Amino acid sequence: MFVTKLTQKTLATAVAFALLFAAYVPTARAESKLQIMTATTDLAALAQEIGGDKVDVESVARGYQDPHFVEAKPSFLLKLRRADLLIVVGLELEIGWLPPLITQSTNPKIQVGAPGYFDASRFARILEIPTGAVTRAEGDVHPQGNPHYWLDPENGLRIAKGIADKLSQMRPNDSAYFEQRYSAFEQKLKQADQQWQAQMKPYAGRKIVTYHRSWPNFAEHFGLNVVGYVEPRPGIPPSPQHTVELIGQMKRNGVKVICVEPYFDLKTPNAVARDTGGKVVVLMPSVGGEKEITDYFKLFDYDIAKLKQAFDETK
Amino acid sequence: MKRLASFAAFLFLALPALAQETTPQRPASPPGDVRIQSLEEQVHLLADQVAQLRAELRDMRDAKGAPSAANKVVLASAQITPGMLPSPPEPIANPSPASAPAEPVSPPATPPQVAQTQTFGGATSNAKLLNPDISMIGDFIGTAGHNPVAPGRALELHESEVGMQAIIDPYARADVFLSFGEEGVNVEEGYITFTSLPAGLLMKVGKMRAEFGKVNTIHNHALPFIDRPLVTNNLIGGEDGIDDAGISLTRFLPAPKNWFAEGTAQVFRGDSSDVFSSSRRQDLSVVGHLRAYRDLSESTNIDLGVSYARGHNNTSVVGTSFNPSDFMTNLYGADATLRWKPLRRAIYNSFLFRTELFWSNRDQLSPLSVFQTQHAFGMYSHAEYRLNRRWTLGGRFDRSGHATNASLTDTGFSGILTYWPSEFSQVRTQYRYGHLWDDATLRYTNANELLFQFLFVMGAHGAHPF
Repeated sequence: MFVTKLTQKTLATAVAFALLFAAYVPTARAESKLQIMTATTDLAALAQEIGGDKVDVESVARGYQDPHFVEAKPSFLLKLRRADLLIVVGLELEIGWLPPLITQSTNPKIQVGAPGYFDASRFARILEIPTGAVTRAEGDVHPQGNPHYWLDPENGLRIAKGIADKLSQMRPNDSAYFEQRYSAFEQKLKQADQQWQAQMKPYAGRKIVTYHRSWPNFAEHFGLNVVGYVEPRPGIPPSPQHTVELIGQMKRNGVKVICVEPYFDLKTPNAVARDTGGKVVVLMPSVGGEKEITDYFKLFDYDIAKLKQAFDETK
Repeated sequence: MKRLASFAAFLFLALPALAQETTPQRPASPPGDVRIQSLEEQVHLLADQVAQLRAELRDMRDAKGAPSAANKVVLASAQITPGMLPSPPEPIANPSPASAPAEPVSPPATPPQVAQTQTFGGATSNAKLLNPDISMIGDFIGTAGHNPVAPGRALELHESEVGMQAIIDPYARADVFLSFGEEGVNVEEGYITFTSLPAGLLMKVGKMRAEFGKVNTIHNHALPFIDRPLVTNNLIGGEDGIDDAGISLTRFLPAPKNWFAEGTAQVFRGDSSDVFSSSRRQDLSVVGHLRAYRDLSESTNIDLGVSYARGHNNTSVVGTSFNPSDFMTNLYGADATLRWKPLRRAIYNSFLFRTELFWSNRDQLSPLSVFQTQHAFGMYSHAEYRLNRRWTLGGRFDRSGHATNASLTDTGFSGILTYWPSEFSQVRTQYRYGHLWDDATLRYTNANELLFQFLFVMGAHGAHPF
């Protein structure tokens, strides 16, 4: 009886392993397109600007999704497995979902620290880096600074430069192509930024309230003054007491515009707006937040148009 | 003479002080307004120079495309950012040259982010950088009500789980979870994961929860209920489940379009709670798992799995002619999960339905010492709905035979309400009804209990797999 049991066991193990190995199909892809995965759509948009038709880019998160809370669905693993380059926001924005995806992807190229792992925050100017003791009494703080840094065209340019260098390094034969695309992007962005600046100039110094701390870079760049938040602390849902305080603060400071990300509930912001005679404006923090926001430029076009409208209506 | 020497010494010491006192007095000789004028000139000159330097710095930064020192992200503890020293923002005295239109001078209305002034102790905090991510999860459970079969403690710090997680080297990461219970310490899991193996293999080596179904892989604090389903206790080894030292290999399997498939094969020593027990070195246990996943839409997905486990059990053979290695337990499992989570409102509403079925074939001796195999079946179904950002409502149905006596079937159901003050703490209450076989009185008895639980997370606890 023992012999049969042992054979049975060996057989079971052998079948299991055979199943694992038999499925191995070598993936041969020579100088085909570079496969780029990004954590968010903004990074995908920037990578697309630089990579042009030499790359395939896809983002894990959608533009209307809260980038802190993305589900690590196995369907992403199939794409991550084939990726040559993974571009992440960093600063622990994706800490809740990306690490298991990277581990399970079994793709050595994109493991943390590998050449195909690209942390965009290393190229951007980061705001709100806490100094001194950091505790969660302040909510879901990011000890390395505010991760919503892509909402500043200057940072967009810096990240694009980083991506261009990275792509040139990975595909030296195409480096001239990437450099040329970067130059074109730089020129286009600088022109666009001049227009955006001009559009926002009349509103310089205007005070706004935002739901989450997603907008410090945007506000700094366009000269807005964020004076309060609907969330009492980052990542903590609004509380009645804080809402009352916020209403008081807005009335004292004459703040009329409340900016809300598309993934937050509008109940509290609407109530605040009713009490203060203000206006709620849903701004898109990311490319793809609305159908028409198909690239990095349209993101600012959209947000600035919405803001202008809100400012004009609440004069 | 001595007095002269001391006077000289006094003079020597006092001279610098005198000099310091006299220096500012010297320009005081010209009339006051002239002096102010010259000072003003100096200030203007300096201001111009500062503006010029700033513009130069900005140009340099732009020319380099930014990742230069000025923008490199270093740790707050070590950061001195040249462009952001805590001087007041310079007015637009010297507009930047045309080369930098994308870097407009920030309007004075928004003062630049206060510079990260250098903090001390940089060396130590840099050394700490290589420490693993350390977390502690406290799991406090209280129980009230009537349960003669499995009476829990009224109040207990059920478990304190310390997690340490780090990347080991370019090829591997490691995760260790130590569980401090009321009775002692247990390495709940401790394994290294090799992420850079050829052929798309993912290998784990160490002690780990076996990939047998869903609930067996989930840590206590991540469960959607306070207790574990009846079937876990009756057939799959109780709270710790199949949790053993061994080697695990996982890889993706070819699948039809839009499907994701994955296979896992694991070999363990063969000691897992009361499910598997190894009396000889070759009494290993094996676990196999196949998983298929599909996105039905952006917000809805299904997750299916089948599992198999085989190992030696702990049937006592004292006083018989049987060999302990003759007694095997074969476990079969099937699981199905349906999830719904709208992306735009992911933090407010979601729904999950999961059901798991288990079959246990256990070799054992009948009371008359005759070799027999008990075929027991158990299952649970669980559904939960997230009502809003803070509240989730759930329910569970349980039904399970006993592994050693398949004719006895326990039944139960639970209602669960969970509240999250934040991401890092959780308050949960569960009403649990059970129709359970009582070995002491040899009849079925009813159990009605109210459980409550407080969970809290300290530190950086790594994300759990989906």
